Amino acid sequence: MIKLKVNGVNRQFDGDPEMPLLWYLRDDLDLKGAKFGCGMGLCGACTVHLNGKTVRACSTPVSAAANAAITTVEGLSSDGTHPVQVAWQELDVPQCGYCQAGQIMSACALLAKNPKPTDADIDTAMNGNLCRCGTYLRVRAAIHKAAELTASNTTKPATKPVAKTSRAGANLLPRNSGKK
Amino acid sequence: MTKTNLNRRSFLQVTALAGGGVLFGLYPKAAALAQGARGAQASLQPSSFISIASNGLVTITAKNPETGQHARNMLPMMIAEELDVEWKDIKIVRADLDAKYGSQFSGGSTATPGNWEPMRQIGGAARHMLIAAAAQTWGVAESECSTASGRVIHKASNRSLGYGELASKAATMPVPDLKSLKLKDPKDYKIIGKTTIGAETKDVVMGKPIFGIDVTVPGMLYATFQKCPVYGGKAVSANLDAIKAMKGVKHAFIVEGQPITGNFMTSDPGLEPGVAIVADSWWAAQSAREKLEVKWDEGKWATQNSVDIAKKADEISKQPAARTLRKDGDVEAVYKSGAKVVEGAYIYPFISHAPLEPQNCTAHFQDGKMEIWATSQTPQNGRGMVSRILGIPENNITIHLVRGGGGFGRRLNNDYMCEAAWISKTVGAPVKLLWTREDDMQHDYFRPGGFQYLKGAVDSNGKLVAWQDHFIGYGDGERFTASGNIDGGEFPARFVPNFLMQSSVMPLGLKTGALRAPRSNVYAWVFQSFIDELAHAAGKDPVQFRLDLLSSGTPGGMNAERMIGVVKLVAEKSGWGQRKLPKGTAMGIGFHFSHQGYFAQVAEVTVLANKKIKVNKVWSAGDIGSQIINPGAAENQTQGAVVDGMSELLQEISLKNGRVVQSNYHQHPMLKMSQTPPIEVHFIKSNNSPTGLGEPALPPILPAVCNAIFTATGERIRTLPITKQGFSFA
Repeated sequence: MIKLKVNGVNRQFDGDPEMPLLWYLRDDLDLKGAKFGCGMGLCGACTVHLNGKTVRACSTPVSAAANAAITTVEGLSSDGTHPVQVAWQELDVPQCGYCQAGQIMSACALLAKNPKPTDADIDTAMNGNLCRCGTYLRVRAAIHKAAELTASNTTKPATKPVAKTSRAGANLLPRNSGKK
Repeated sequence: MTKTNLNRRSFLQVTALAGGGVLFGLYPKAAALAQGARGAQASLQPSSFISIASNGLVTITAKNPETGQHARNMLPMMIAEELDVEWKDIKIVRADLDAKYGSQFSGGSTATPGNWEPMRQIGGAARHMLIAAAAQTWGVAESECSTASGRVIHKASNRSLGYGELASKAATMPVPDLKSLKLKDPKDYKIIGKTTIGAETKDVVMGKPIFGIDVTVPGMLYATFQKCPVYGGKAVSANLDAIKAMKGVKHAFIVEGQPITGNFMTSDPGLEPGVAIVADSWWAAQSAREKLEVKWDEGKWATQNSVDIAKKADEISKQPAARTLRKDGDVEAVYKSGAKVVEGAYIYPFISHAPLEPQNCTAHFQDGKMEIWATSQTPQNGRGMVSRILGIPENNITIHLVRGGGGFGRRLNNDYMCEAAWISKTVGAPVKLLWTREDDMQHDYFRPGGFQYLKGAVDSNGKLVAWQDHFIGYGDGERFTASGNIDGGEFPARFVPNFLMQSSVMPLGLKTGALRAPRSNVYAWVFQSFIDELAHAAGKDPVQFRLDLLSSGTPGGMNAERMIGVVKLVAEKSGWGQRKLPKGTAMGIGFHFSHQGYFAQVAEVTVLANKKIKVNKVWSAGDIGSQIINPGAAENQTQGAVVDGMSELLQEISLKNGRVVQSNYHQHPMLKMSQTPPIEVHFIKSNNSPTGLGEPALPPILPAVCNAIFTATGERIRTLPITKQGFSFA
């Protein structure tokens, strides 16, 4: 019996512990956001957060998620208003859209630890997420946009610049992510 | 219900809706005849192009499959513009496959040219009838009425009525003569030419289940399908009892299929042989497949190897060509005249479409009827194949057009649809078939590889005077393998006085098919690279050499003026010849005409140590007519085309012992974010009807990058992938 938390909900799994997390999320929990692209951790379409860090769900066994908090794209917001989702919509990043949930989850993890990333920071963090349609320029621009949105959301009430930075990053982590 | 002729092929149908609404549909004539027997009831399906409810809600149906080109925005944009409603006020719904929508096809960059007129006409006709209804209500002349934001306005009396209020009356108005229907002056456009956000973008960023792989049906089982690793092979026996005993497995069986025995494939072969495993979860099916042991009859292609194919092509190149496709003047006489002669053998591999969403399909056979959820780009073809192979009449087959995670031409074929349908019918339950990446990469309809042996000459004035190409591809006799054909009209035919295009073919045991900008995606690389060789041989600037060449044509085929326009624009925007570049950095240009679109692209490239290439920047100039319908999406498509083309410089599918060697993205790479240059996108709005963009924006980038590499290093890339000559992207 494996206990884990998915998007804030406590779950128990008693199937094959070697089954990749992706199939548990998609087919058992009906969370279809994380996608199957390669099955080998090569494309990043299945990226989710495990205790706040990105993992490739296609090649992470459920057993590796025991007692962990998993966040999928569905856990970012119930209405598409997470700053990263907002930025993605404003810039209309997707073409086919198949890789974008994975791109978004990698972007959230980056912004959580680096609220104002440079192009080089973004490239390093995002290089494991392939986009077959080639939307990289918009993905990068949307990450900058999300950083701005988060900073402006948090600067309104804040007065101390130091608080801005740390809170901006914290805000990008969805609720429940990184916390048991 | 009223009808009027729209053109030879279709008529407009207007239907009153219960509750006071109105439907506007554009119906192909053939379908109308077929539909006639079903009578008025059939035409009342709420699935027409425009539905205006009495509460004013305007719903527009997007008829084409969506695989990422924003087709589900563009066609509704055309309707909404002429209907004169606010984009934010409409609801877009996706169509299922239905003859009443006419062609539902996604490919060949045809959505714009094929729909530009009829989609606007249907919106304009609806608007006209709403005006007529208002004018009659008020007792005023139609000419005194105008429309704005979903309302008809009578300015003189300061009255207005919403479309919803007018809907039921509009349904009784005479249908306008569409030939005399006045469509908007483009300067009045409020939607066309303005960026709209993708109709499904919000669903995408929220992870909503909108893709083919996300489909679930109550009671659904999951299937995997193992085909013979050698194309055309079939399963003789398998350890089916052991597989059936595995956890979760419900069924395991051999599918006889229709093994192909010919010398090559021209199109969808139908149902291929293999072994199906059906389980209560996909993971269970896939885990069982790991234990599957199949005895294959590998058939006639089991010894096919890329190395042997290349050797054979080399031998053929030394023989006279099998066919002459075009002969102008006398190239041999030019070679003897003292002109400067250049030769180059260009070699390119098979490559895979590799859309990120592996092929999948959900099918449910029940009571003699088949319901299918598919990402097909050609659902009409798919339905025909399923009907033929399973013996189910087409009108008992329903197909839902589910968003596809990338098409690029892969989903023009419907092999996965036939497999899913067959498996569902066999087991009598709804089944989702999902391929692995390995299945997808090894059982693709590959972009055909090929060999082109070029020879050309420039005279003492630096003018291109001779061009000769011996194209060696695949086929049988006078037939070429799918998307592996060439003809005598390829540029620079008609622009060179002495021109010889010849071809020879070899047999091939591999499926081939259309990859985004089929043929052009690699022929542009061959032709534009060799033109560059000739420009350098002539001692001419590569842009000027091309402009001179484009100015020397004879009528027919592409419009040289439009191509000159984009070449000049891209040269200007990139600062061609105007900027001093450091050593190891250079610019290259390529242009290509395909799918009615004119594109030229410049790449600025720095070659670092160990032949690592950094593409610093790309400039693109295109002419696809008078309107860029959705500019934001057009920029995204163009940038994507450049990234896609750069990826193709790295890719290769090869064969060993009849099997595809590559299996996943580590062996068939695509460009990463860090390798993606800034890409400037420019368009010339020329006085031509709008045409498609998805494909023609791709081909020029391949030669642009390779030509820049040559200028930077002196090394000409004549073999793809570029890794064969030691190059790679930094």
